[in-house]
Amino acid sequence: MISPYMIFAAILLLTSGAYVIGRKRAFAVAGDRAGLMQMHSRPTYYGLLTAMWCGIPALVIFSAWSVFESGIITQLVIAGMPDSIRDLPPDRLNLIVNDIKNLVSGNIVSAEMNQTLRAAADHYRQLQAISSAALTVVVLALIMIATTMIMRAISPSLRARNQVETIIKWILIACSTIAIFTTIGILLSVLFEAIRFFEKISLTEFLFGLKWSPQMAIREDQVGSSGAFGAIPVFAGTLMISAIAMVVAVPIGLMSAIYLSEYANRRFRAIAKPLMEILAGIPTVVYGFFAALTVAPMIRDTGLGLGLDVSSESALAAGLVMGIMIIPFVSSLSDDVINAVPQAMRDGAYGLGATQSETVKQVVLPAALPGIVGGVLLAVSRAIGETMIVVMAAGLAANLTANPLKTVTTVTVQIVTLLVGDQEFDSPKTLAAFALGLVLFIATLILNVIALHVVRKYREQYE
Amino acid sequence: MTVDVKTTAGVSGIGQTGRILYDRESRETVGEPFVEGARMTCRGVNVYYGDKHAIKNVALDIGRNEVVAMIGPSGCGKSTFLRCLNRMNDTIDTCRVEGEITLDGMDIYGKEVDVVPLRAQVGMVFQKPNPFPKSIYDNVAYGPRIHGLAQNKVELDEIVETSLRKAGLWEEVKDLMTHPGTGLSGGQQQRLCIARTIAVSPEVILMDEPCSALDPIATSIIEDLIDELKQQFSIAIVTHSMQQASRVSQRTAYFHLGDLIEVGDTAQIFTTPRHQLTQDYITGRFG
Ligand SMILES: Nc1ncnc2c1ncn2[C@@H]1O[C@H](COP(=O)(O)OP(=O)(O)OP(=O)(O)O)[C@@H](O)[C@H]1O
Ligand SMILES: [Mg+2]
Repeated sequence: MISPYMIFAAILLLTSGAYVIGRKRAFAVAGDRAGLMQMHSRPTYYGLLTAMWCGIPALVIFSAWSVFESGIITQLVIAGMPDSIRDLPPDRLNLIVNDIKNLVSGNIVSAEMNQTLRAAADHYRQLQAISSAALTVVVLALIMIATTMIMRAISPSLRARNQVETIIKWILIACSTIAIFTTIGILLSVLFEAIRFFEKISLTEFLFGLKWSPQMAIREDQVGSSGAFGAIPVFAGTLMISAIAMVVAVPIGLMSAIYLSEYANRRFRAIAKPLMEILAGIPTVVYGFFAALTVAPMIRDTGLGLGLDVSSESALAAGLVMGIMIIPFVSSLSDDVINAVPQAMRDGAYGLGATQSETVKQVVLPAALPGIVGGVLLAVSRAIGETMIVVMAAGLAANLTANPLKTVTTVTVQIVTLLVGDQEFDSPKTLAAFALGLVLFIATLILNVIALHVVRKYREQYE
Repeated sequence: MTVDVKTTAGVSGIGQTGRILYDRESRETVGEPFVEGARMTCRGVNVYYGDKHAIKNVALDIGRNEVVAMIGPSGCGKSTFLRCLNRMNDTIDTCRVEGEITLDGMDIYGKEVDVVPLRAQVGMVFQKPNPFPKSIYDNVAYGPRIHGLAQNKVELDEIVETSLRKAGLWEEVKDLMTHPGTGLSGGQQQRLCIARTIAVSPEVILMDEPCSALDPIATSIIEDLIDELKQQFSIAIVTHSMQQASRVSQRTAYFHLGDLIEVGDTAQIFTTPRHQLTQDYITGRFG
C-alpha cells in the first residue's frame, strides 16, 4: 500500500526535479549568452516557476485529500453495513466506527469482536488502499500536466520573475494571516462561551459584584454554596500581584539594563547577559516552587517576627517572585532600546562636557523612553497573564483586600480552578471561567496594542 | 617628556614649478608644525583602532587666535586626530591613543585630568549632525544648563538666541523653538549643532566638516562666525573644500593615510606645496 508519506516525499522530490529541468529548459530556450540577455528573467526564476507549478497544485490536492479522506471512507463503510447497525443512534454508531478504526490500525477494541465488525474493517482497509492509489494517480497526473504546460510556456517573453514574486507574496500573506485568524478564532471561542455565561449571570453583577464564590449547589437542598460571581475581588487580586511584580521588575530590570549597556565593560556584559537570559528561561513552575516553598515561608516568618499577621500564601510572595521572573524581560527589552540610541547622541552630550550620568539621564533615557514604556507595558500584560506562580503561591480565597500580606487570588488562578477536574460544561461555574478569560484577553489585548503603538512611534524617531 | 621631531627628509628631485619637492615615498612631516605660545600641542601622537594604526606619530600645534585647517583624502584620519584633542576617542572601546597632547601646558591625557571640564573647554562640532531628540531650544540650552552658565530663564533665552543667530539659524527657527531638533533639514541640523557647541563658549573649537551640508549663504555665515570666534579662541577645522580652507584658516595641515605630510601657512600650502603628495592633492590628482 502507498502511504501518504511516500506520496508527500514524491511530490517534494518531483518539485526539486522540476526546478532543475525548468532551469535547463530556460538555458535551452535561450541558446547562448545573447539569448540569455533576451530572456525576461534569469533562468533560476524559470526553474522556480516550474517547481511552483509542479508542487503547489499537487500539495493543495494532497492536503485536501488528506483532510476529507477519512470522513468519506467512514461514510462509505457505514453505508455498506447492515441496516441494524446503520439505524443505531449517532453516539452508538460513533462507538462502532471508532472500533472499526481501532481494528484497522491494530489497536485494542472495546466491544467484542464479531463478524460484521471484521468485515467492516476489511472494507475500510480496502477503501483506504483505493483512495491512496487514486490520490497517487491524481497527483502524478496533475504534476505531469502542470509541468508540461509550464515547460511549453517557457519563452523569452514569459514574465517568470514577476509570477514567482507574486506567488511568494501570496504565500507570505497566507502565513501572516494564520496568526490573525488564530487570534480571531480564540477570541470567538471564548466569546461564545462567555455569552452563554452572561445569559445566566448579568454583566453588571459580574463586572461590579464584590463577592466571588463560584461554588454552586448541585442539589436543591445543599447549603452554603450559593454561587456569587462578582469579579472585582479577582481582578483586584490580579492588579495587586501585577503591581507588586512591576514594582520589583521595572526598577531592577531598567537599572540593570542601564548598567549593562552604558557602564559595564565588554567582559562583564558577555557574562551577565547570558546569565540574565537563563533567568528568563527557567520554567514558571520552578518559580512557583520557589515562591511557595522558599519566599512565602520566609515572608511569613519575617512577618511573624515583626508581629504582623501574615497568611502562608500571600500576594507579596507571588508578586515578588513574579517580579523576579519578569526582570530579564524588562531588562533585555530596555537594553535593546537603549542600545538602539545612536552613539552620535551620546557623543553630542559628551562633546558638550556632560558627565556620563548626565548623558544617561538627560539624553539616552529620554531618547529611549518610548521604547522602554512599550517594553514595560508588554511586561505588565505578561504579569497579568502569568498563571503558574500564582496558582502555587497566591492561594484561592478571593479576598477583597489591599493588604499584600493576605491571601488573594487572580483571574488566571480562578480560571484554572474552575476548569480543572470533572465539570459540567453548562453550569455558570464553568462558564464563568470563559467570562474571566474574555475580560483578561481584552485587557491584555488593549495593553499590547498600546505597547506596540508606543514602540512603533519610537522607531520613527531617528529617521 | 621628550619627543623627537621629524625634520630632515630625503630631498629627491625638482618639482614641475622648479621648487624642491619631497617625493611621494617620504612620510616625514614637511614644514613647521610648531608655533610660539601654542594653545594646544601634540607630540608623537599615535592612534590605534584595535590593530589598525590610524594616526602615525603626528606632532602639531594649535596657536592662539588662529584657525588651523586639516585637509586630506577621505579616511586619512582627520576626524580621528580631531577627536583626540578633546578625548572623544575615549568613548570608542577599541581606540587607543599614545603620545602627549597638552592644553595650556596641561597634559590632557594625564591621570588626574577630568574629561568633563576638558570637553567644556574644547568643544566639538561633529561630522554628522547629531541633534538630541529634544526641542530646538533644549538642544541649544543643554550645554549652558549642565554647566550652569545662566542664572535665570532670561539669560538662558539670551544665550540660546545669540548662539542661534551666530550660527545663522535664528531667523529660520525663532518660531519653532519647541519643535524637535531632529525634524530640521540636514543643513539646519548642522547649524543647530554649531549653535549648541558655541553656546557653552568653548575656548578651543574643533569643527569636523561643519559646512558639508550647507548652501553658499549659510556657509559664508559660518565662515564669518569662525572669523569672529578666532578673535578670542582657537579653532581646528576639517574640511574637504580647499577654497574654504584658504578663506578661513591661517595654517593648513595635510594628512595622508594617518601621516601628517605637510603643514604650514595656508597661503604657502596652496600656492607652493613642498611635498609631492600635497601637490597631488591640491591639484586634484589625488582623492
Ligand atoms: N570607530 C572606528 N573603529 C575602527 N576604525 C575606525 C573608526 N573610526 C575610524 N576608523 C578608521 O580610521 C581611519 C581614519 O578615519 P577617520 O574617520 O579619521 O577619517 P577622515 O579623515 O575623517 O575621513 P573623512 O574625510 O571621510 O571623514 C579610517 O581608515 C577608518 O577606517
Ligand atoms: Mg571625518
